[in-house]
Amino acid sequence: MIELAHLQVLSAALFCIGVYGVLARRSAVLILMSIELMLNAVNINLIGYAAFADFSEAQRALGQVLIVFVITIAAAELALAIAIILRLYRNRSTVNVDEIDLMKW
Amino acid sequence: MVAPSLVLFYVATAMTLGGAIGVVLTRNIVYAAFALLLSLIGVAGVFLLMFAEFLALVQVLIYGGAIVIVVLFALMLTRIEDFQHLTDHRQWPLAAIGAIVLFGILVAAIVDTTVPETDRQGVGLETLGDSLFVQWAIPFEIASLVLLVALIGAIVLVRPSGGRE
Repeated sequence: MIELAHLQVLSAALFCIGVYGVLARRSAVLILMSIELMLNAVNINLIGYAAFADFSEAQRALGQVLIVFVITIAAAELALAIAIILRLYRNRSTVNVDEIDLMKW
Repeated sequence: MVAPSLVLFYVATAMTLGGAIGVVLTRNIVYAAFALLLSLIGVAGVFLLMFAEFLALVQVLIYGGAIVIVVLFALMLTRIEDFQHLTDHRQWPLAAIGAIVLFGILVAAIVDTTVPETDRQGVGLETLGDSLFVQWAIPFEIASLVLLVALIGAIVLVRPSGGRE
C-alpha cells in the first residue's frame, strides 16, 4: 500500500535535488529548471495530503485547486524569467549568474 | 506480495527522481531539458496514482507541452556552446552537503509527524469543478489576471526596439 509518508519522502527528495541545482549550477536556465523541480515537489506534497489526510470532500478538492494555482503561477514565473534571461543575454552576452553582478556591492 | 499500485508508485518515483538528478548533474544542457521532461511526466504519474486525473492531464499539457518547449527555446536563443564550458559552481560540495542536511531534517520531521490518515481517495471531477469555478472562482480569475500580466510583461521585456538600445 502507498502511504502518505512515501509521498512526503518523494517530495522532500525532489525539493532537495532542486535546492542543490539552484545552489550548484551557474547557468540561469538550469537554475530555472531546478526551481521548476522544487515547485513540483510542493505539488506532490499537496496531492499527498489531498489524497490521504482525513478531510472532507470539499477540503480534498481545495488541495487540488491549490495545485492548479501553483501550476498557473509557475507558468507565469517561467515566462517572465525566460524573458529576463533573454534580455540579459542580449545585453551582457552571458547567462552565467556569477558574471551578472550589476546589483552586487 | 507487493501491491501493484506500490510498484507503479516506485516506477513513477524512479522517473521523477532520476529525471531530477539528470537535470542537476548532466553536462549537456539539452539532455537536462529532456531529463526535466522525464521528471515532470513522473510527477504526472504520481498524480494519476492519487486519482487526480485532471491534474495529471494538466501536468502533461502545461509542463510537458509548454514549459519544456519554452525552456528549449530559451536554450536555442541563448548560445548553447557556452553551456558546455559553464561547469558547476566551485562550491558544489557545499551545496550538496546543504541539500543532504535539508533532506535529513525534512525526513526527520516527516517521521516525527503523524497525520490522521484514511485510504487513498480522489475527488470527483464534478466536486473539483464546483470547487474551482464556484467556491474559488475569484482567486481563479485573479490567477488568470496574473498570468495575463506576466505574459504581457514578458513580451514588453523582450521587444527588440524599446528606443533604448
